[in-house]
Amino acid sequence: KHLGFVWGPGDILVYETIYKASGGCPFVHEVRKDEDIYSPILRKLFNESHHIFVGLQRIREDLPSKNKKPQFVSISKNYRSVIRACMEELQQVAGIVSILLAVELIWNLCEVLFIDAAPAGSLVLHLLDWVRLHKADVDEKAREVLASESPAEHQAYWDVISYVLQGRMDEARQVLVKQAALQPAARVMFKLLDNLLMKMPIFNVHSPGETQTLTEFDVKWRHWREEVDHCLQDQSFASNRHLEDICKILVGDEDVLLEYKELLSTWYHFLVTRLLFSHPTVKPTELHYYAQSSMHMFLDTRSVPEPLDSILLAAFEFDIHQVIKDCSIALNNWWFVGHLTDLLDHCKLLQSHNLHFGSNLREFLLLEYASGLFTHHSLWQLAVDYFDHCPEFGRVYLELQIERVPLDTERKALKVIRICEQRQMTEQVRSICKIMAKKALRNNRLGSALSWSIRAKDAAFATLISERFLQDYCAKGTFSDLDLIDNLGPAMLLSDRLTFLGKYREFHRLYGEKRFSDAAKLLLSLMTAKIAPHSFWMTLLTDALPLLEQKEVNWPTTLTSILNFFLLT
Amino acid sequence: MDGINAKYVSKKISKTRWRPVSSSSLQQPDIFATGSWDNEDNSISIWSIGENGVSSMDDEFEGDPQLLCEYKHNGDVLDLQFLDQDRIVTASSTGAVTIFRHHHNSQTLSVSQLWERAHHYPCNNAPCTGVVCNSPEIVTVGEDGRIMLFRADQEGVLRTIEMADSSAIHAVTFLRTTEILTVNSIGQLKLWDFRQPGNEPSQILSLTGDRVPLHCVDRHPNQQHIVATGGQDGMLCIWDVRQGNMPISLMEAHTSEMWEVHFHPSNPGHLFSCSEDGSLLHWETSSNTDTPSLQGGRNTSIISRSAIAPAGGNQSLINAWLTGDSSKGHLETTHMLPSQMLSVNSLDVLGQCLVCGTDGEAIYVNRYVPI
Repeated sequence: KHLGFVWGPGDILVYETIYKASGGCPFVHEVRKDEDIYSPILRKLFNESHHIFVGLQRIREDLPSKNKKPQFVSISKNYRSVIRACMEELQQVAGIVSILLAVELIWNLCEVLFIDAAPAGSLVLHLLDWVRLHKADVDEKAREVLASESPAEHQAYWDVISYVLQGRMDEARQVLVKQAALQPAARVMFKLLDNLLMKMPIFNVHSPGETQTLTEFDVKWRHWREEVDHCLQDQSFASNRHLEDICKILVGDEDVLLEYKELLSTWYHFLVTRLLFSHPTVKPTELHYYAQSSMHMFLDTRSVPEPLDSILLAAFEFDIHQVIKDCSIALNNWWFVGHLTDLLDHCKLLQSHNLHFGSNLREFLLLEYASGLFTHHSLWQLAVDYFDHCPEFGRVYLELQIERVPLDTERKALKVIRICEQRQMTEQVRSICKIMAKKALRNNRLGSALSWSIRAKDAAFATLISERFLQDYCAKGTFSDLDLIDNLGPAMLLSDRLTFLGKYREFHRLYGEKRFSDAAKLLLSLMTAKIAPHSFWMTLLTDALPLLEQKEVNWPTTLTSILNFFLLT
Repeated sequence: MDGINAKYVSKKISKTRWRPVSSSSLQQPDIFATGSWDNEDNSISIWSIGENGVSSMDDEFEGDPQLLCEYKHNGDVLDLQFLDQDRIVTASSTGAVTIFRHHHNSQTLSVSQLWERAHHYPCNNAPCTGVVCNSPEIVTVGEDGRIMLFRADQEGVLRTIEMADSSAIHAVTFLRTTEILTVNSIGQLKLWDFRQPGNEPSQILSLTGDRVPLHCVDRHPNQQHIVATGGQDGMLCIWDVRQGNMPISLMEAHTSEMWEVHFHPSNPGHLFSCSEDGSLLHWETSSNTDTPSLQGGRNTSIISRSAIAPAGGNQSLINAWLTGDSSKGHLETTHMLPSQMLSVNSLDVLGQCLVCGTDGEAIYVNRYVPI
């Protein structure tokens, strides 16, 4: 047996085959590479992010950039909240949740570093927020400890250090107070630590309304650090190992920090904590040095860095292209890189990096994402907007894909046609209308077929339909679908044949109402206008004869006209 | 847009309908049904918006619809109506008409009755595009141009009007208990009287100009001769079926197909329409001449063309619909949804509550419609 295969737009068809012809029906298997778009919860992600995407594209270009930055940050936060909402719903499905967690982590870091572009001073604070958001179990554990009967004796009590590691001094102090109550003898020591924690300077936080310059902050911070160092030198905390550790952390002792690897759990937490206590005025350009060293210090030198780690490292190095590239490889769906790159492009952070087949990076990723969407039976409608915002190739892609959407009902066909009409894709409109008209004609729905021809302004097809009517008339002697022919209205003018049909039917009506002179005039005009098909001339002549017998009709003039018609054509 | 939240449901919604509340009670509706389309597995779903009359306006999730139950549906749900408090009739793109029963105690749905080939062509199925009920009678129309009359709990067909139309019939509504009105894809309104035998409509109305396909029709709740239609060009037409075969007024409403139009059942001075262009408009007539207060949301001015002045000169609110301009009354439109949306396929309004569904796979519920 052999396997054959053929590529489809988003999948592969695989079939078994044997080269010698024999009986039996082979199976055809459809292999889909992108299962994510079929998950009902992720669909919400696609729909909501589509709405955000379209809103982003419509931000006016001419606004000054300082007004746009808060908008971009807010859009970035919107995207992230959509991811979080999905994660909450996806609690049970472990695999996807961990990917979404990683995705949100990376996006958040990109927002802090690239979009919000925090300068030195607030950079560390933003990074702290980032870490706190992604290590939420600290609060849970603390709650558990505090809810217990005797919190100070809880075995996990000293995990309170996590608060310190995250720079949350107020919470740390609140928890330490419980221990202080239990050890009245060590009251002085606890008071001293409490004081140090309270006085730790945070950039711009303790002086609302006044802005602090970086230098002012730096001076304050060094002063404070010296004070902490003094306490260490004085052995003030020697009797309590935990308190001494906290103090050492406050001066940024890396060896002690590394002892708390489990509480830190990731190298980037280690990095941020390190920066908080050793280099709180770090500049964005210096980040990468600390990031690399943190990673080396924290991780086992033998272990291979995971994809997430290299992506984060590339972000700290401000190598946006590397981040995008690594994410594209690591994730199997273009959603994340497509939207993130688009947002970064709007922030003017991507250099125009022309790929060798002509479009830029943003467009390439969006096209890939949208093409994947187009293979979905339902999400294809979202893809249309993405193609619209790819100036170079979007239209071509759309033209090719839109014709492949299966049209089971008139309503769906109408929506597809509306999409094409709004983009002046007249060829596609005609072809879709023709498909629908042919279908209608096959089912003998002449009215529907005519309605489609009118939409496409397809004169040729309208002629075809009229021929069918006239054939029916010749065969049966009466008209079918009178409700249609009697009420053609201006649509009659779409094609000569159709006009003839309408007028011919009117002739019959006038004859039936015994308005013979009007009928005769109409018949003559039909003849002279030369819109009658040749096959109908005999019929017209036969129709004319009984008219000549009618009193009102001026038969000499009429007969002359008829004879003229036949002789001269 | 106060009071409107989106609920993403992972299926494109084709129809949304409130479950009827008894006219004597002043309760706001709390249960609605939705039908999906364009999915490999379509379904009908029942949703609840929870307790009424709870006035904690700052709690965002209070009005979030909760899914009560769901049932698989063969084919796209092209129309959906509540037959009574427990039963829902759907029209399918496979040509089937189905009655579902909602069991309140177990919160489940089950199929109660099915007419599988209600609408068909000689060789295959034709989508059933519209259904309307007047319990226990059910009238359906389809792309095959047939009108079918069924009775719930009775097998078989009560009556068929064959070849009622040479084009696809898009929507149907009751004018009186024995008369219906259909609209089709060549822009005609046809009145049918069930008391007459035969397959001919009792009246045909259409525009003299371009015959645009009509997609929706709704009758004024109190005046049985006033009807609103919407079609492919997004224009709102108000007709008086007693007077000639031309609409009384035409108003530009939307920039693409209007999918549904509804008079408010108890405040007919309000009308709602939704469209492929992603907008949902709230039309409001008032007969006071001072400047109207803005409803919040975006207001647009409407351009109206009065075709014929109405006969008789009464100053009732009805005339405001018929003239469509501010001389005799005041007509105001408000957008009810944020912009940049995909098509709004369906809407329903009852009491102060409005629900609508979109191609963006979202449902929007507004519990404080200003009427």
